[in-house]
Amino acid sequence: MALDLGGRILRSRTVAALASPHGIDRYLTQINPMLAAHEVRARITDIHPEVSAPGAPRVATVTLQPTSTWRGHRAGQHVTVGIDTGEGRRTTRVFTVSNTEGKAGEPLTITVRAHDDEHATPYSISKYLTERATVGTLVHLSQAEGDFVLPDRVPEHIILISGGSGITPVMSMLRSLQRRTHRGKVTFLHWAPSADRQIFADELEEIRHQGHGVDLHLLHTGDGAPYLSPALLEKLVPGYREVPTWACGPASLIEAAQAAYVGTESLKVEYFKPPKTAGVAGGEMEFARTGKTVANDGATILDQAEAAGLTPESGCRMGICFSCTTNKSSGRVRNVLTGETSELPDEQIRICVSTPEGDCSVDL
Amino acid sequence: MTTVENTGNRRLSAEELEAFGAEMDAIRQRIVADLGEKDSAYIYDIVKKQRAFEIAGRALFYLPVIGWVPAVACLSISKILDNMEIGHNVMHGQYDWMGDPDLNSRMFEWDNVCPSDQWKYSHNYIHHTFTNVLGKDRDIGYGILRMDEDQKWHPYFLGNPIYAFLLMIFFEWGVAMHDLEVENLVAGKRTFADNAELHRGLMKKVKRQALKDYVLFPLLSGPLAPLTFVGNGVANLVRNIWAFNIIFCGHFPAGVASFSQEECEDETQGHWYYRQLLGSANITGGRIFHIMSGNLSHQIEHHLFPDLPARRYPEIAEEVREICSRYGLAYNTGPLHQQLWGVFKKICRYALPDRKRPAAEGVGAAPALEGVAA
Repeated sequence: MALDLGGRILRSRTVAALASPHGIDRYLTQINPMLAAHEVRARITDIHPEVSAPGAPRVATVTLQPTSTWRGHRAGQHVTVGIDTGEGRRTTRVFTVSNTEGKAGEPLTITVRAHDDEHATPYSISKYLTERATVGTLVHLSQAEGDFVLPDRVPEHIILISGGSGITPVMSMLRSLQRRTHRGKVTFLHWAPSADRQIFADELEEIRHQGHGVDLHLLHTGDGAPYLSPALLEKLVPGYREVPTWACGPASLIEAAQAAYVGTESLKVEYFKPPKTAGVAGGEMEFARTGKTVANDGATILDQAEAAGLTPESGCRMGICFSCTTNKSSGRVRNVLTGETSELPDEQIRICVSTPEGDCSVDL
Repeated sequence: MTTVENTGNRRLSAEELEAFGAEMDAIRQRIVADLGEKDSAYIYDIVKKQRAFEIAGRALFYLPVIGWVPAVACLSISKILDNMEIGHNVMHGQYDWMGDPDLNSRMFEWDNVCPSDQWKYSHNYIHHTFTNVLGKDRDIGYGILRMDEDQKWHPYFLGNPIYAFLLMIFFEWGVAMHDLEVENLVAGKRTFADNAELHRGLMKKVKRQALKDYVLFPLLSGPLAPLTFVGNGVANLVRNIWAFNIIFCGHFPAGVASFSQEECEDETQGHWYYRQLLGSANITGGRIFHIMSGNLSHQIEHHLFPDLPARRYPEIAEEVREICSRYGLAYNTGPLHQQLWGVFKKICRYALPDRKRPAAEGVGAAPALEGVAA
């Protein structure tokens, strides 16, 4: 109670007025970074290796104890994670929260596969988390975000589909369903390259043994397992098109799922990487502030700007964190996530998920 | 106009400008590649110190009598650090590469009445792009003063020294009002409707600043409220006077050149660097002095490389100086009193109408008269 009173005082309008313009968190953090009134930070309390097969990228589950400002998460949501990865730079990326849905102030886990990231120096955040971070490392978080979540009342039968690292939100859903003692049926299809690269292998094995209404299919493509197709789905779940389905994975898997469910409203999807599909090349991409103009090659504006030697600010590179929001003064752009185009002048766009269509000018 | 020739400098040929620009680009690239831990540690340390001075300043007001002077001193230092070495530089994007939202040019808000987004437009864009270009750079005289002979004289300017003094006292308000372009409003080039949005943003910030410094903190100090009220006012005043003096030494001392719009049409990058160099002046001093001036004591380096972390300016300065000497260009620097004296003379001289010069004569036609400033 005392803590809560303290929190209410710190979040009061009077304190906000006294700490203006910087905000009370700018002062609290000087005392202890784990003191916060609004922002969310966390310390790593555990790093648990999930996959350390030779030749395969490491995968680890990182447990975070957040500040009391963390409002909890729903299964399937993601969080923006910022870490000072050295050379005075903070890198920010988005990760799915992988543990069971949690309440305010409760620990959360993220499960991370190490991969290189040419845009993050000196370390990619995933490599940093899996190879260099230690217990006690400070992490900057957003609140949990995203609407790829289970409804409060879960239907009698659901299908969960995931590929590769896309298993993390689905795993959080599965774990939450088990804790909620969901009595219905869950069909869970997961694609991974091979058995020894399977994340959460032990836990999945246990779930398979226990049954409890979970029909688990681990499909290892390296071992000849078939890829996602309407025929496969129909074989495993007759009448699947009517069954509420959640799918998360790389663009190829999501596109296959969308094709299989076309014309229905049963499918909810989440990319864990934006589709690499190139936009339309042609026209000129102008970076007005630096006075550079390049031929539009169809890549995202962020990629084209970086290729032109600019260093625009960016974060998640997948349209979530809004760090790269930039004013587009003219031209038409396509949002690679939704396929929507817009050509309003002086529009704020996320350049990491926008490709120009024809001539385009942004304030970079 | 204080043309390049009037400052005793020479014009560079197109080839020289290109080579000169390439040398400046090389400095820039080298520093950008080297940015890292030391720069982030430095700015975090300054921020920590600024917060400590601020908290100490606010707290010392509770110590009756003996606490007041130290309280004002701490709060003044806090506001100066906040506005100059932190605010001004962060809002230039000098630390955007760190990826820390607290030190990001788009998010930072400083401890004075001018809203950061308005300042960034008039300062980062207008002033830094059109530095010392007459008719473009609204920082020449701030729309109030006559600081260049090509600003047409008018009896109004007889008050030049008084306006400058008032601007110094109310500097944060001057900076805030700057964006409303009052002079253009008076001249009918701008309407009140154009200002409605800016005015709203400005009033919001003004209210917040006033609420904190002149209502809440005084109230919190109970019976000492009047002392806290006055103390906060004095701290704002100290910051105003200091910032005004440092900033006026940046572009108005003797020997700083101004440029016509014609000179800057289709400008090359090399000429842009050249203009920044000749349009700015440095102040010599020690390490603490440089920090307290937000390293604007290295105005030349700041104008050449506005988005490089200011702590790098002293190391860059040696190279810039050496390059200048090779190209036969003056590197305008001097101690504070000398630069201020130059500014003061300019303020007084331009209060008066031009001597002898026939009004019909064109731009930059009177080099001989300019000798006064040398």
